[in-house]
Amino acid sequence: MTALKELKKIAEKIYEDLAKSKIPSIKIPVRAKSNIIFDEGYRVWKYGEQKTTRSAVSLAGAYMLLRTIYTIDFIKEMIEKNKTSTLRELYYISEGWGEAKFNSQDESDKLAEDLEILTKKLREDFKLRPEEDGARIMGDIVIEEVTRKGEKRRIHCQDDVGDTGYGIPYNVEKEKIRFIEVNADKVIAVETGGMFDRLVENRFDEKSNSILVHLKGQPARSTRRFIKRLNEELNLPVIVFTDGDPWSYRIYASIAYGAIKTAHISEYLATPSAQFLGVTPSDILNYDLPSDALTQEDINALKAELSDPRFQDDFWINEIKLQLEIKKKAEQQALAKYGLDYVTDVYLPEKLAEMGYDA
Amino acid sequence: MPIAEELAKKQRQISIAEFFERNKQILGFDSLTRALITCVKEAVDNSLDACEEAGILPDIFIKIEEHGDEYKIIVEDNGPGIIKSQIPHVFGRLLYGSRFHYLKQSRGQQGIGISAAVLYSQLTTGKPAIITSKIGEGFPAHKIELFIDTKRNFPRIVREEMVHWKKRSGTKIELFIKGKYVKNRKQSVYEYLKSTAIVNPHAFIKFIEPDGNEIIFERASNKLPKQPKEIKPHPYGIELGTLLKMIKETKTQKLSSFLAKEFSSVSLQKAREIVKISGLNDKSPQEINIEEAKKLLEAFKKVKIIAPPTDCLSPIGEALIKKGLRKETMQLSPEFISTDTRQPSVFSGIPFMVETGIVYGGNLPKEERVEILRFANRVPLLYQEGDCVITEAIKNIDWRRYGLEQKGGKGLPYGPAIILVHVASINIPFTSESKEAIAHVEEIEKEIRLSLQQCARKMRAHLSKKAKKEKAKNKFLLISKILPELARKSAEIVGKPIPSIDDVITQIMNIVWIDDDIINKDGIAESKIRIINYKRKPQKFILYAEIPSKEKIIEVFPKPIEIKEKVIKWDVDLKPTEKAEFHFKIEDEFDENNLYVLGIDPINVVGAEKWEGEE
Repeated sequence: MTALKELKKIAEKIYEDLAKSKIPSIKIPVRAKSNIIFDEGYRVWKYGEQKTTRSAVSLAGAYMLLRTIYTIDFIKEMIEKNKTSTLRELYYISEGWGEAKFNSQDESDKLAEDLEILTKKLREDFKLRPEEDGARIMGDIVIEEVTRKGEKRRIHCQDDVGDTGYGIPYNVEKEKIRFIEVNADKVIAVETGGMFDRLVENRFDEKSNSILVHLKGQPARSTRRFIKRLNEELNLPVIVFTDGDPWSYRIYASIAYGAIKTAHISEYLATPSAQFLGVTPSDILNYDLPSDALTQEDINALKAELSDPRFQDDFWINEIKLQLEIKKKAEQQALAKYGLDYVTDVYLPEKLAEMGYDA
Repeated sequence: MPIAEELAKKQRQISIAEFFERNKQILGFDSLTRALITCVKEAVDNSLDACEEAGILPDIFIKIEEHGDEYKIIVEDNGPGIIKSQIPHVFGRLLYGSRFHYLKQSRGQQGIGISAAVLYSQLTTGKPAIITSKIGEGFPAHKIELFIDTKRNFPRIVREEMVHWKKRSGTKIELFIKGKYVKNRKQSVYEYLKSTAIVNPHAFIKFIEPDGNEIIFERASNKLPKQPKEIKPHPYGIELGTLLKMIKETKTQKLSSFLAKEFSSVSLQKAREIVKISGLNDKSPQEINIEEAKKLLEAFKKVKIIAPPTDCLSPIGEALIKKGLRKETMQLSPEFISTDTRQPSVFSGIPFMVETGIVYGGNLPKEERVEILRFANRVPLLYQEGDCVITEAIKNIDWRRYGLEQKGGKGLPYGPAIILVHVASINIPFTSESKEAIAHVEEIEKEIRLSLQQCARKMRAHLSKKAKKEKAKNKFLLISKILPELARKSAEIVGKPIPSIDDVITQIMNIVWIDDDIINKDGIAESKIRIINYKRKPQKFILYAEIPSKEKIIEVFPKPIEIKEKVIKWDVDLKPTEKAEFHFKIEDEFDENNLYVLGIDPINVVGAEKWEGEE
């Protein structure tokens, strides 16, 4: 069934409720840590059975339904006219919707996700796209991209690009991007731009025969989807290299297990076999890294992770407990303490060897 | 008046200037700031009293000029004026004209009098006071410059002339003083005048500050307050000194006739009873010595004497307090003003009465201590707040019950409110001669407390009504805007006709909705009440709308079952989602509808309470 038909079904439900003199309502899974369960088949974390009802019995619920209806109408128009809009544009367009207008972009972003959940479609199907660009990659791989002119262009992600690498577009599906040839034998996803640039400058992509991916903090959907395709279609192992703090562990978790916000499409975005390289709390001790004290928010986040179903394995429990004990955190770039080449000459090769890779 | 007596006694022994210097504080001249305020206050109070006594709506003009390190104060009124021969005595003698044994609610009994300001002026600048006065059309105006001879407590005129004054009648005083002019402070000339304007809505006050800034307090009422009546003292409230003075001055021949003639509430029969109990002979009052006078005082306490008449008092009245408060707090757009006037009461044989008002909400600061406006006989009290019975009474109320914050239910409350208290009496019991704080008299404290509680109850009722309305308003928005929009838009997407949402509305609301508003215009208030039945079944009940009084009703629609003295009664009969409108017009100021219902469970009604009165 097309996205449009699925969306119309939601409008129909609301219409029928009213026509039958019932208070209109829609049901949607609870989108919280308490309602994610491990899907054995896909090996990712997905929403469980808990549902919440959005009902017009309350003012807040009625507002939600009205915004939903208006958003559906807007998407319908875009599909019919073959247009797209960014999530930010959706938020601004709602300014003209009277009572249905969104109070913040957070609200409209969330509604777009709700519609994905309700229709089991992707927001790309709704002609909605994020404004943030995807991340950059550098490595021995040839990609074929369909450009906006409709031409197919082949790009070698070392030879055909500058030092900033190849930029991942927001749509990374097969109709847009195909993998032609690959010589790299693994993917290293790097959290910060500074470290990505350090690895590029030190030619670590060549030395370690890896595809380097810059995550840009919490990775965009397209970045996660791109990594998953590299893993699934090319059988490349995925290794995640971040700062050593609770927020970076969540970045890893969103790549490996799926994010709570997008648990409805975890099987589409998550790479369950992705491994965490570091910086781990143990690294802070073992490499005697310059560190900062944990803030109260850091401590709260770590404690929350102890009860997060995604972190329930020995590795994470031990590392998180260790960190709470030493009360320290360290950035990736803290490795520069031992010189600019230390990360590529010593740290990464040692860690990769530990994990069973040739560096 | 012990200090006044002391003053009178000591007049011969020490110079009046010396006495003044020693008692600056109790006289209200202890700081440069306060001295300036006191001078203005004495002059303005005099002007207001004079105008009212003559039945003239007061127009008061105040100007303060800065001259080097001195200030010039000018206060001018449109009162009846003062005849030339009296001017020196009114302004040039301390304590002139006090009549101890006749009592009357007046501003003048406050403060030591305008002559103290004249004295302060000459002591600090060495300059004479300049008084100009005119008693009517066709009379010349007299301008007199005078000092007070401090050895003799007698005026010394240094210059006098006849001048042309365009004014019909009035008095102007010009004083040079050492002082300090402050702004933006509770204790300032501006605040004093603003407070004065609140409780004297019949006065027009124009004020020019030293920097040339002009402030006008408009007249809010053209009605002069009822003239207070003079009454004779009551035996319960008399002091020895006053009694001796009265005995000396009386023309009566016998003690019993003296008592019956010079006191209120004492009949000849009662007088004889008093004399009998005192053990004295019914002799000539002139023969009474101090010891015998004390016996007489003892006897007063042993006899049951009816309370003094209380119609001698002149309250401001609830309506005018409200007007005054509304006018002077307009820029704060308060949400609610409630007022209360108590019946007169008596302490120690002295009649008094209490009036209060509370201003709530709007732009009043939410986190700060409430502002307290204290008044005695229409005069604002600016100093010694902590020593005043008004403050004490406010502290003794548990304000948390009325929606204000108060630590531990005691002390001064916090919240967006102004509390006004006015005590009117023929003899206000001040804590000291500077007359800035009212003494702790139990009867007064109780009356203030009861009155404020009455005001606060009205405020609480308003607040809870508002909270309920707010909640209901959300539902109303839901069913009146969101739901119809939801129906229209979903129908548009699925391409079907817009469904009826009446049933859904009744399910969501499940109440009877009552909504009202009042438009006040040209002294006529029009009240509109709308009722919608959002229950799923027809509803039949009786609606009661409170009114100030039946006589003031101009129009009622639709036809009510009955109009009683204080309430209109209507039959209401509505099918599901059916609407009805009720309205009435009254010739009165009217701020808030109080609506009640009978014959329906009040749980099912938003916007009205259960009717508890007779059917």
